[in-house]
Amino acid sequence: MRVLIALPILIPMTASAITLLTMRTGRLQRAVSIGASAATLAASVALLVRIEAEGVTAVGVGGWAPDVGIALVADLFACLLLVVSHIAIFSVLVYSVGHPRTRDSGTVFHPLYLAMTAGVSLAFLTGDLFNLFVAFEILLTASYALLTLGGRREQIRPAMTYIVISLVASLLFITAIGLIYAATGTVNLAKLAVELEQLPGDVRTALGLLLLVVFGTKAAVFPLFFWLPDSYPTAPSPVSAVFAGLLTKVGVYAIIRSQTLLFPRDEPWWLLSIVAGTTMFIGVLGAVAQQDMKRILSFHIVSQIGYMIMGVALFSVAGVAAAIFYLMHHIPVKTSLFLLEGIVEQTAGSSRLDRVSGIARSRPVVAALFMIVAMSLAGIPPLSGFIGKFALLQASVEDDQWIIVVVALVVSILTLFSMTKIWNAVFWGQPSTGLAPLASNVDSHRSMLAATAGLVMLTLAIAAGAGPLYDLSERAATDLLIRGPYLDAIFSL
Amino acid sequence: MSLILAITIGALYAIGTYALFDRFLSRIIIGLALLGHGSVLMLLFAGGTPNEPPFADSSISPEEFADPLPQALALTAIVITFGVLVFLLAVSYRSWTLTHDDEVEDDLEDARLASDDRVSHSVERELSALDEDLEER
Repeated sequence: MRVLIALPILIPMTASAITLLTMRTGRLQRAVSIGASAATLAASVALLVRIEAEGVTAVGVGGWAPDVGIALVADLFACLLLVVSHIAIFSVLVYSVGHPRTRDSGTVFHPLYLAMTAGVSLAFLTGDLFNLFVAFEILLTASYALLTLGGRREQIRPAMTYIVISLVASLLFITAIGLIYAATGTVNLAKLAVELEQLPGDVRTALGLLLLVVFGTKAAVFPLFFWLPDSYPTAPSPVSAVFAGLLTKVGVYAIIRSQTLLFPRDEPWWLLSIVAGTTMFIGVLGAVAQQDMKRILSFHIVSQIGYMIMGVALFSVAGVAAAIFYLMHHIPVKTSLFLLEGIVEQTAGSSRLDRVSGIARSRPVVAALFMIVAMSLAGIPPLSGFIGKFALLQASVEDDQWIIVVVALVVSILTLFSMTKIWNAVFWGQPSTGLAPLASNVDSHRSMLAATAGLVMLTLAIAAGAGPLYDLSERAATDLLIRGPYLDAIFSL
Repeated sequence: MSLILAITIGALYAIGTYALFDRFLSRIIIGLALLGHGSVLMLLFAGGTPNEPPFADSSISPEEFADPLPQALALTAIVITFGVLVFLLAVSYRSWTLTHDDEVEDDLEDARLASDDRVSHSVERELSALDEDLEER
């Protein structure tokens, strides 16, 4: 059990080193990489099953007590996200083997990708604020290198923006940790939860807001999102897919964890509600104005983050449960949308709406898959997005938050509108001629399509198994809000 | 002692933030380095009053130790910010070799959208279609 908690971090970290050593042998490196990713996924599933049965479990790394060493904590919330994330990570890895820009961009892709995977796992499982900073740095540093992979001219400038913004947020994070340590004398999350309650209210509020700004920048909420739609579209499609699906979600995870554990509230927080509403609204307006499939999808990442924050802002079991369910639905949906965009780009040679058309005729399977996930993103029943949004709206109505309900509904319609825009321009009509397809290798298309189809099936499975999954989210949310099980797990070490 | 340290931290944050708003990439990177120094000193400062070195001498009682944890955290933070800054320098060098320009440009996509009335857009589309025709021939 103790080893099991560390495995989702250890496996990809070790494999990252091995793939670095086997750089000269393309086949072996790919095999190690995919094997390690599958093993990580298996370990996360095993961990979820154990935690579901036994409740929150903590481990002191190296046998140290939690006040001197680092604690790893697995609760239902972390494990659910861990499993969904690793499914997305595994699918994108299979896809990237077929994608020319990651297949041919030298052999550094796999070590970087696995290091990022380890960072994501660590961020979910750590029970220590400074270790959370380290986890963010592992995944961010890997993401800087992945984003600049190939070093093309159009990649470098947006990558600079991304690195500078992330670094500023990280430095703010160090500052916040310094201030929190000065005020409480600990960086362990469970001890912080107890110590922060002893502080004067205004100090506590200031620290809470500082952490919110840090994680808000990483999660790309309004008004801290400007870096995202600029930098994500320039990366190779598998890279932007995994960024879109995961990196901002780790920020959302950190917001949920820190706000529920360290700064608990009993009633909805108006500030987070406003942030949620403006994030979804401004994000979707940005998407409507764009003329490129990848850029439209990037603005939708921002918009969708708003829905998750909307659930957290309620600070009720129903709200947080809906946010967790929404996160689980969003990761595969967003990732597969970017993967499909990659296939369109390979088939048609561009992702600009005015240059591509008629994909529905030339690649009907791709069009059908896009239809499913696009409708899910917009929230059309009976797909997973509908269930997530319905749960969010129901939770908001219970707390009489009518304004945010109206905003969420309007944003849904605008989302549907911009998805229809992509559909009309890219998939409908006569197949475009003139632009040459970028990939001629049929085999590579097969692995890309198989990986994408697998993820789309997962979103359908989430919709089909919504009942039990929502029950799990509700249990995870209850654990988060009553805080007792999490604190007990660390203090009983 | 700690007043001097506090003023130093404040000055580092202030100068770092000021340099961050510059239009030249090299100055932005220097600003980030200064901000990094400021935040690492802040982390160190969080450990309270300076005292005897911890664990070095068994005759010193633990009450007289300086707090070792912020020192360990600061060390980690230094390594991380150093690594990322070096990577940022490499990227900005790459940017300089590609464009021979150290200045941060205005957001091109933003400028294009702002000036995007339908007439100019359709003209642009016709031009690009013409270009493609020429290339085919």
